Order: sequence, then structure tokens, then C-alpha cells
Amino acid sequence: MTELCDLPGHELGRRFRSGEASALDAVESCLRRIEAVDGRVKAFLERTDDAARRAARAVDERFGRGEDLPPAAGIPLALKDVLATKGIPTTCGSKILRTYVPPYDCTPWARLREDGAILLGKTNCDEFAMGSSTENSAYFPTRNPWNPDTVPGGSSGGSAAAVAAGEAVWALGTDTGGSVRQPGALCGVVALKPTYGLISRYGLIAFASSLDHVGTFTRDVRDCAALLSVIAGKDPLDATSLSTERRDYTADLDGGLDGLRIGVVRDWLGEGVEPGVKAAVESSIDRLASLGAHIGEASLPHTDYALSAYYLIAPAECSSNLARYDGVRYGHRTADATDVVEMNMRTRGEGFGDEVKRRIILGTYSLSAGYYDAYYGQAQKVRTLVIRDFAQAYERFDLLLGPTSPTTAFRLGEKAEDPLAMYLSDIFTIPSDLAGNPAISVPCGLDEKGLPVGLQLMGRHLDEATVLRAAHAFEQDLGFSARPPLLEEASA
Amino acid sequence: MTEVEAVIGLECHVELSTRTKMFCGCPNEFGGDPNTRVCPVCLGHPGSLPVPNRQAIEYTMKIALALGSEIARSSLFHRKNYFYPDMPKNYQISQYDLPIGTGGHLDIDVGGETRRIRMNRVHLEEDTGKTIHAGTTGRIAEADYALEDYNRAGVPLVEVVSEPDVRSPEEARAYLVELRALLEALDVSDVRMEEGSLRCDANVSVRTVGAEELGTKVEVKNMNSIRSVERAVRYEVERQREALDRGQALVQETRHWDEGRGVTSPLRSKEYAFDYRYFPEPDLPPVEPDEEWIEKLRAELPELPAERRRRFVEEYGLEPAMARLVGGAGSWADFFEEAVRLGADPRPAANWMTGDLAALLREHDVDLRSSKVTPAHVAEITALVSDGTISTTGAKQALAAVFADGRGVREVVEDEGLAQISDTSALGAIVEQVVADNPGPVEQFRGGKEGVIGFLVGQVMKASKGAANPQEAQRLLRERLTADPQAG
Amino acid sequence: MPVEIDVDHVARLARLALSEEERERFRLQLGLILEHAERVREVAAADVPPTAQPVPQKNVFRDDDAPWECLTQDEALAGAPEAEDGRFKVPRIVEGE
Repeated sequence: MTELCDLPGHELGRRFRSGEASALDAVESCLRRIEAVDGRVKAFLERTDDAARRAARAVDERFGRGEDLPPAAGIPLALKDVLATKGIPTTCGSKILRTYVPPYDCTPWARLREDGAILLGKTNCDEFAMGSSTENSAYFPTRNPWNPDTVPGGSSGGSAAAVAAGEAVWALGTDTGGSVRQPGALCGVVALKPTYGLISRYGLIAFASSLDHVGTFTRDVRDCAALLSVIAGKDPLDATSLSTERRDYTADLDGGLDGLRIGVVRDWLGEGVEPGVKAAVESSIDRLASLGAHIGEASLPHTDYALSAYYLIAPAECSSNLARYDGVRYGHRTADATDVVEMNMRTRGEGFGDEVKRRIILGTYSLSAGYYDAYYGQAQKVRTLVIRDFAQAYERFDLLLGPTSPTTAFRLGEKAEDPLAMYLSDIFTIPSDLAGNPAISVPCGLDEKGLPVGLQLMGRHLDEATVLRAAHAFEQDLGFSARPPLLEEASA
Repeated sequence: MTEVEAVIGLECHVELSTRTKMFCGCPNEFGGDPNTRVCPVCLGHPGSLPVPNRQAIEYTMKIALALGSEIARSSLFHRKNYFYPDMPKNYQISQYDLPIGTGGHLDIDVGGETRRIRMNRVHLEEDTGKTIHAGTTGRIAEADYALEDYNRAGVPLVEVVSEPDVRSPEEARAYLVELRALLEALDVSDVRMEEGSLRCDANVSVRTVGAEELGTKVEVKNMNSIRSVERAVRYEVERQREALDRGQALVQETRHWDEGRGVTSPLRSKEYAFDYRYFPEPDLPPVEPDEEWIEKLRAELPELPAERRRRFVEEYGLEPAMARLVGGAGSWADFFEEAVRLGADPRPAANWMTGDLAALLREHDVDLRSSKVTPAHVAEITALVSDGTISTTGAKQALAAVFADGRGVREVVEDEGLAQISDTSALGAIVEQVVADNPGPVEQFRGGKEGVIGFLVGQVMKASKGAANPQEAQRLLRERLTADPQAG
Repeated sequence: MPVEIDVDHVARLARLALSEEERERFRLQLGLILEHAERVREVAAADVPPTAQPVPQKNVFRDDDAPWECLTQDEALAGAPEAEDGRFKVPRIVEGE
């Protein structure tokens, strides 16, 4: 039997309004699931059970009074632990922020809370969102619900796993190099990274400011559109947020694929891509064609260079953004330092993990005297070339298509010792972060190991509507209904 | 001894008087309990983001326009990365190679001569918090620990950098006086050096007169008044000159001005040269003013101090030197013009302001703006002197009384009996008494010694406690002594 | 050729204490990563303008309106590892570093 926690948010909303279920029922269902599986999945760093129950009762009271509440009302959700939540510990998966409790809410959560969404807790992630497996969390690794020996992807692995395992109905993550779409693909859920600036970054604890995006995890594309509708739109607290009105993205979902021009990035289906991934994506292309899309071949020739540029830009910005963790105002401080320099150095040496240190050193080096032009400056030029690639492709196509990740979920520890191999798992997601265009990952099948494969659809700047419409049509036709084996055990 | 000249560049930091801080909505006010004017943004909390204050951008553009700088059509904020506990993010949002204003100049007057000091740049950044070095001796090097207050962190700060065109301590002083007047006229800052809203560092070097290349540059910091900048620069130029005379090499360094001891001393030399790792601030889009915006701000510029002083000469007939004195600061010029508007005769009003009033302010260490004397007081004083109601001496006394308690001038004149005695009968009695009491001088005058009349007038003034109208007293004395020679 | 990095110098700039083992490992790993990253020089010609923001914007400002509500002193200091007299307390500052 399907439990409430396994339903999409729009179905829960229908039941809340018809009286078939209450928000409290939905929250209790998620909490039971968390109790049942999170010992193995380990998606959550912090849970807010009591506050969630209180919030659910408040929503139920308002439904009871016949109030017309927004679609997010009563939907249980989880937030990646890099999103600031007032009064609730926010650690970024790092020891340096183990004791940090923000005095304010990030804008996306503030809007969701305003609409009556219910926070279940904060999810695990790679430390400061740096990683592709959630193994870089200072606390513990998260497991993929589809196979607990494998990683959920990262860095938003906790959020992706929570939605996949029915521990939360919605979740937010962040995507700097693919950290929403890649775990979304590896965990078999719908994951959207919208246009840079569409969702406010206020309260998103910065890793690389010019690349950081808030993104969504949901069961289906309709929920994705509903969640986006709550959190998208201009925020006066973020100077890089775009001047867009809030709108209802669910309104245009049913337009179908007829006549849509989709460009397949053929280079992304070559060497280094697992056969299972390739097969699932190829059959998805046929399905899209059968649904009326015009399929052609597109090229993003600077993809390889994009990865290089990313690994210069992101560490450089990271080295500056993470300078504030110095043991003065909040967070960890080392014991017994005799002067402030020693205090800073030891605090940071103790507080940061391996990958974060590696990127701080890399970024500091590439910005230091004499290297700026050779590295950061050059990388920004490559960024221009990547943007031009997309612009040229969008002259011929409405959407671009490729795999989200070259592989399905890999085993824990498999790439942990080889940073470059780990970096390669983001090769197809990084270009859209550099260019800032919207991109979605939708489940498109399972590989031979029974692990989900993600299909990536990329659109023009601020053309989320087309991306969502195509993803919705694809999803409806595919009818992806496989569930992580873990859940069958949990309900058995 | 080699003939050397000083080469001085001045870097001034101006805190803008916006209502809120540069990148957040916290109030921009001086003082307050520590860490009470802070928020997640100016405390550098994780996830917080800066949003620039439009007013601060406009103030900066106005300063640049007033200095004749070129306004950049595209200007960027950069991050200046270095660790210091007074900086919440461990980077300062500042400007680097694309500042809001470039070039321009400021004309200064020194010894009646006008010198043009070229400007290098005008840029906008955020201020830091304040550190207290705590410990037993109060010296930084011996402090046990430090305490941080971030109320000032994020206050908009404009950096005005001159080219090394300043040649003497006097010119440094004149530059600062002129810059302060300009900022005051623009109404963009409180320009109070003692509160730190105007701060100045000086880059000082010396070189053989006529040499092209610059000498070794020393940065002098920690001056908290215009006078201390002048003193510090004078000391530093002398120190460098003497070192060169002794054949000692100078080192490029930062030196600290010690106001109490009147010397500069080196800050501990840096183990590492600063490497600020500038890069464009990714949280902030560029500032790209269009022609329309720039022209709107240009049209809003008030009359600038130099123009105003020219007008004082032409319109009010002030001597240029007097116009410089009155027009040296916006508040003085405003005060003066208000007094004139209220009917004061311009030249006497200027004299009273720059003479007696300035002396009183200096003596009591009071700022014109906070003194009890108003333009109406000055207007009244000049009117009463000119219609003969009070003498100059009486006016001085009246001004001192007004300065002390802010009473009306007429009230003071009445209360303290400062009105001149011009009434013939009252004065006549005093004259009679003086003639009677001074037979010797009276005899001398009658014998033809004209000069003695001054002494006798003085005696009348003394007997009347300064209230007599001296012209009237002299007229009566002459009448009395020539009309009836036998009567005495 | 892997790029040689003076990890000690960079770690000091970044105020990051590293163990001997970390220094050596980072030196090797970063050398390889930078070698890979050097490829950006192959394609970025002089006439290609840099991109700082993926979606270009300009002149985004906040009006200088009435101040917003600040944190209280207690809230501001809530996370402070050490505080005294309403201020954040830090070990002594040695100038010039």
C-alpha cells in the first residue's frame, strides 16, 4: 500500500482539501518513514519533529476553518544544510559550523514557511557543498536508497535520498556544479536547477557565488513546478536575483511536445559514459521523438574546457567565501591560541575537511599575485565561450538533451581518493552552472544494476516553462514507477 | 646639504552620511552600544548577501563630479581579501581597477597662491569594525587580547586619493581644509575628523629638487585632525631629509603618528607583503550610470566652495583673504550669508565672524554649528554698531555674552547697560567732571597740544564705563574747552 | 607537467594550518588539478571578454530608506566563541601579519 509519504505533493494537497488526509497525517507518515529507514539512509543531520507537528496542526486548523491555502500548505519538506534556518542549527556538513545557529531564514524557506510548508529537518551534504557523493560530510556519509552500498550523489545527497526514500515529499538543495541534478539522477527523483538569479541566494551559504543555485527535489514534474512557483522571483536581499514576477509554473505543464525542437548533445553520449546510462538516454530520445518532438544533433564544443574553468572559478570564489570562518564571530574556535593568526590558522585547520582545504588552497593560489590573469581571468573567458556554445545551440533548438551524469550511483569510497575522477562526474552538469541556464534531471529508466538513470533537459535563460513542459510530457508517457527496494522492505 | 623637496600624496577616507549602511539596512550612526547596529549582512553571517545603497553610489558620484573626475560608465566592486578580525567577512568589498571616479583635481590656496592638486581616483568601499586592544599598558604590541565591535562595519566609505602633487605640510593642510569644505558643501558626510568620519593617510617621500623619479615612499597613518596631518607630514619630511643628509637609506614602510610624542614610528615590518587577491565581487552587478543619471547628479551639485568665495568677493566686496576665511568651510559660509540676508553689512559681519567670534570658538573649543551664536545675532550686532547704539567695545562684550548664553543682542545691551551715551546732558555731566579732574591736560590742550584730546576722551570713556559714544565725547570736550576758556 | 605550488605560502595566505601529510598530498594533487586547469589557456583568446555573472545585470540598488531592525547585542554575540563587554573577544593581534 502506498503511504502518504510516498505521494507527490499535489496529491497530498488534494487530500488535505477533500478531508481524506490531514497535514499532520502526512507529517506523521514521513516521520514513521524516517524512523524506519534513516538509520540506513542517513539523510538527516537535524530533525525538527516537534516543530513539524506543531506547524502541521496549525495548517490543519486553517484548512478546518475553510481557508484557501496555497499549494505548499502542509507539504512536509527537507532543506539541505547549507540553507540558513533561523533558530535551527545549520552546519553545511562541516565541523567548523557544528555549533552555528543562524539568526535568520534563507529566502526560499521564508517563502515556503509563509505558504504553510512544513520543515522536517536539515539534510546531509558534502561539506560546504563541495563534492559529488555526500562522502565529504564531516558527520557521516548518506546512502543511496536504491542500494545502500552506493552513494546518493552529491553534494545535495541528503535531500535527494530523503525524497527518494519517502522521508520528505519535497526538498531543496543547491547546485554549483551539478549538486542538485546529479544526486537527483542517482536517486531517481526529479531535480531542477533553474536559471541563475531566478531563486534568491539569500541564506544559501555560499560556496561559489557566481555558480551557486538553489534547486528542487520532488517526486514528479508537477510538484517541481509547484515548488518552483513558491520560491522563484525577485528578492530585494539578493542583488543578483533577477527582476521576475512570481508566477504559477504548473499552469503551462500540459502543452505537450509537439513541434518542440530538441538538440541531442551527441558528444555527451560517447566515451566515459556507462552503457546503461547511454541506453536509457537513447531510448528516451526515441520516446521524445514519438511524442512529436523534432530531434536533431547539437554540439557544446567547450564542455571539457568548462570543467577546467569550473575548477578554477569555484575554488577561487570558495577561498574568499570561506574566509569568514575564522573563529571570531561564530562556529568553531581552537583552544588556547596565543595570537589571532595562530587562532585563525588552527581553527580553520581543525574545522575544515580535506576537500574544502584542497579547494581553499587551490583558489587562494589561483587568485594570488601573478596568477589571476592566467587562471581566474582565463576561466572567465572560457565561461564566455560556454555561454556562446549554448547561445548557438539555442538558435536551432528549444531544448538540449543529454545524460545528467556519466554514471549511475557508484560505490562508497570508489572515487574518494581521486579528486579528478570525482570531478568528472559533474562534467555534464557544470556547463549549465557556468552559463546559468535552467536544467532538469528526470528519471528515465534503470541500468542493469537496477539503479536509476537521469535524463537532463536544458533550456534557454528563464525558459523554465518549456523545460518543465517537456519533462512533464516525457514523465507522463514513461510512467516511471520503480521504487527503491529499501522501501518495499520498509513497508513489508 | 642637498636641496630636497617633499612629495606628498594624500589618501582620505570619507564616511558618507547615509541613513543606512553600504550593503545592508542597519542604521549608519556614530557610537551606540557595541554590536547593536548589526545584522547578518554586516556581521558576515554565512549566506547573507550585500545589496548596494543607491544613495551611497550617488554621493560618491557627486564627490567625483565636484572634483572634476571622470565618472566610469562601468564600474565594479571587487573583493579585497585579507584577514583581520575587524573585518567580518575577511574580505572588504572595495573597488579596484574600475573605480567610480578617475582623475580630476582640487585647487588649494597657500600664501595667496593657487596650486592645483591632481586627483588619482574616487572609490567606494565598506568600513571595518573597531578593535580595542586590551591589556595593561594600552600598547598594541603588549595587548593581552582584543575586542571587536562591528557597529561601524559596513558604513559606506569613499576613498579620495590625490596624485603626489602636494609639496609641503602647509599644502597638505590646505588640501584637507579645501576637501573638507567641498564635502561639507556637498552635504555627503559629517566630515568630523575627531569622530573618524574623515580620515587621512599621507604618502611621504623626499627627493632632490628637480629630480624626476620619486624617493622611497613612506605611508603615515593615524592622524585624527587636520593639524595632526600637518604636524605628522612636517615631522616625516624632516626625518627623511635628515636621514638623507646623514647618508642613510630610507625603507618603504608604514609609520604610525604618535600625537602625544609628536613623532612617527614604524609599524612592525610585514612578514609577508600583502597579497589582496582582488577579484570581481560576484554578489554585485556592475554600476553603469547612463548620461541622464550623471547629468541629473551634476545638476544637483550645490555651489562649490571655490565658486562661492569668488562670489563673496564680487557680490559682497570682501577682500579675497577674508573670503577665504569666511568661505573656508560650508557652515561658515552659510552662517555668513544668512547674517547678510538678515540685514548685516557684509564686511563688518565677516570681520566679526573671523575675528571675535572665531576667537571665542577657539578659546572654548566649540564648533560654529553647535555654538549659541546665530546669524541673527551677528546681523544685530553689526546693525547696532553701525547706528551708533553700541561701541565696538560694547559689541565685543555683547558678543561674549551672547556666546555664553544665547540671549538676544538687544536684551544683552539693555541688561548690561552697553548702550552708548550719546545724550548730551548725560554726557555733558561726565565731560564737566573730567575737565575738573584733569586741570593739567586741560591746560596743555589749551596751550595748543592737540594730542591731549585723546587722553581726555579716554577719561570720559573710563568714567562712563565704556558706554560713552567717543565721537560725541570728543565733540563736547572741544566745545567745552574752546568756547569758554575762562570757565576751567 | 604538474604545476609546482608553494603550499606553505598559500596556506599562510589562506590562514589554514596543514599537517605535514596534508601539505605533501595537496602539493601533488593540486599540481595535477592545475595541470588539467591550465587547459583554459588553450582556448581563451585575448578578444574573448570575461563573464563574471551568468545572467548579466547592472545597477541593482537598495533605496536608503528607514533603517531595518538590527539584531540585539545578545543575538549578535549568541554564536561568539568568546565575548566581553558586548564585544567579540579574540587573542591578541600582532600587527603587520
